[in-house]
Amino acid sequence: MDSISAQSSPIARLSPDELEAPPLTLRQLAWRRFRRHKMAMFGGIVLILLFIYSIGGSFFFTEGYANYTQTELRLQPPSAAHPFGTDTVGRDALARTIYGGQISILIGLAAVIIETLMGILIGAAAGYYGGMIDSILMRFTEAMLNIPELFLLIVMAKNFGGKIPNITLFGREFSGSVVVIIIIIGLTSWMYLARIVRAEFLSIKENDFILAARATGTPNSQIIFQHILPNSIAPIVVSATLGVANAILSEAYISFLGLGVQPPTATWGNMLDRANNYLETAPWLWFVPGAFILLTVLSINFLGDGLRDALDPRSRTI
Amino acid sequence: MTRYIIKRLLQGIPLIFIISIILFVLMMNMGDPIATMGGRSITRPSDRIRLTRQLGLDKPIYMQYIYWLIGNDWTKVDLDGDSVAETSGTRRGILRGDFGTSLVNRGKPVTKVIGERLPNTIMLMVASEIIVILGALAVGVYSAIKQYSWFDHTITALSFIGYSMPIFFIALLSMYIFAVLFKRWGLPYLPTVGMFDPKVGKTTGQILVHMILPVFSMSVVSLASYSRYIRSTMLEVLSQDYIRTAKAKGLPRRDVVFIHALKNASLPIVTIVGLDLPLLLGGAVVTEQIFAWPGMGRLFLDHVKRADTPVVMGILLMIAVAVVVFQILTDITYAWLDPRIRYEK
Repeated sequence: MDSISAQSSPIARLSPDELEAPPLTLRQLAWRRFRRHKMAMFGGIVLILLFIYSIGGSFFFTEGYANYTQTELRLQPPSAAHPFGTDTVGRDALARTIYGGQISILIGLAAVIIETLMGILIGAAAGYYGGMIDSILMRFTEAMLNIPELFLLIVMAKNFGGKIPNITLFGREFSGSVVVIIIIIGLTSWMYLARIVRAEFLSIKENDFILAARATGTPNSQIIFQHILPNSIAPIVVSATLGVANAILSEAYISFLGLGVQPPTATWGNMLDRANNYLETAPWLWFVPGAFILLTVLSINFLGDGLRDALDPRSRTI
Repeated sequence: MTRYIIKRLLQGIPLIFIISIILFVLMMNMGDPIATMGGRSITRPSDRIRLTRQLGLDKPIYMQYIYWLIGNDWTKVDLDGDSVAETSGTRRGILRGDFGTSLVNRGKPVTKVIGERLPNTIMLMVASEIIVILGALAVGVYSAIKQYSWFDHTITALSFIGYSMPIFFIALLSMYIFAVLFKRWGLPYLPTVGMFDPKVGKTTGQILVHMILPVFSMSVVSLASYSRYIRSTMLEVLSQDYIRTAKAKGLPRRDVVFIHALKNASLPIVTIVGLDLPLLLGGAVVTEQIFAWPGMGRLFLDHVKRADTPVVMGILLMIAVAVVVFQILTDITYAWLDPRIRYEK
């Protein structure tokens, strides 16, 4: 953007001292609008704090400690030694929220990567090529949309659960169910994004610059990924951001139902598993992870709302 | 209009076929249904082979799909394992209304298994939908008229929280406050699990009292998003010219808001209600699990865990059909309500 306007703009350029303020780039404009959005800033700050909490916390507690069971200390209420209490087998809830947070955030981000890739590929193919490909892909998308997501997740979790062995990465052992959950959340949530991408492609491909690109013999893949995709990035970013919140929620639901990530690996979701049996006797069991999930999802939704306003090209507020 | 309806119906049928194929493929590796059939005792290998054959699980997947779809009473099946097909099949297929029999409750037709639970879920669904629509209309309209007031800001913040709220969290929280804490403080408290107190029996009063908490938990999330939606459509309508005309004529504010604006603003609500309603049918999985409500969601979960394919498939297909039918109904209602929209193609 910068280089084009500097070199070939037909408008007479003003020398720096003739200008009162340097013109703002699109990115700067978006950042300005975003900064004005108080709730989005709040969401961003809370997310950074949560990130610091779950990453930084691992310098104070080892994962071994988070998974260390002491059955004689089971269901201890919050105290100085265990600020969030202990769970049904005596593990420290504070350390588990730290390591659980890492896994929950990891699942949220990784699932969204799969979701975005699938959504972009399917939406772009349908929107760009049209015709037969479009009808087949869109019928498939509609069919997937018509089955409630939670039901699909449950069936797929049952399908693939326990089929992937544990994985050792960065010296830590991850339950194979983490990978399963990431994949199934990614595979069941791409449909809305695919529709958004398709709609964007349908409108952008009618522009003259696409016709020019075609006329100069640009290959289709280049038109799709270098000409159209960058122009439809705003709704994709917003949708992916909100997708992280959705993925974290999905993980929580499915783990809450006992079909998600298997212990000892902690996630905010599976810390809640069976917690409703201790509703009365140990409220900290479900309150702490539940509050973490709520806070994260809320912050991401604020952030997404702010991004939507900031990235909207029609927005005139500066 | 008639042509449009027929066209939509014709489009809906292949869609349901695609859904049924996707689901059928998913069902194939959901687990071993025979493993749990023997109750506590382990199934003997010979029984296993016999059961696999009787249930038709030894057939290739496309044959299983065809049997499931149109039944197998037109052909002979091999039941005794001598690889000679001599017994004629008894299944009539889903197209002729035979959803098969449950594998867990041996021999009980799927339609009966689902039919027993369906009214319980519909009860929750209808109650929470009524509360959501009425509540969202009240809140949405009020915050649209009082845009940027402290009420509007509070509702905006609250609706973001409600929208981000995991259902289990609001459910556990409301159970803790209204059952545990109220009991501790000596206040009248609400029951938390089941549909009725077995000591009192299944009376209307009991069911209503037991419905309060599940309906409340289910309503919170939808209430938040619906009221935001109504607020924005209401704001859009209120800024239109005909509203200004109505105001200029000197009509009372109440008439302008509730008769002129609300009528048009409530049109898009038909869409979201129509699209959400069938999803609520299944959306209650978590709620029903927490409150031990004997509905479809729990039925689904129990039968998925025991790989009872016919029941799971029946529930999923029923919801998918409901979604498709409601989509068509929504479009038709919308066209009927809004004279600006015509589907004449």
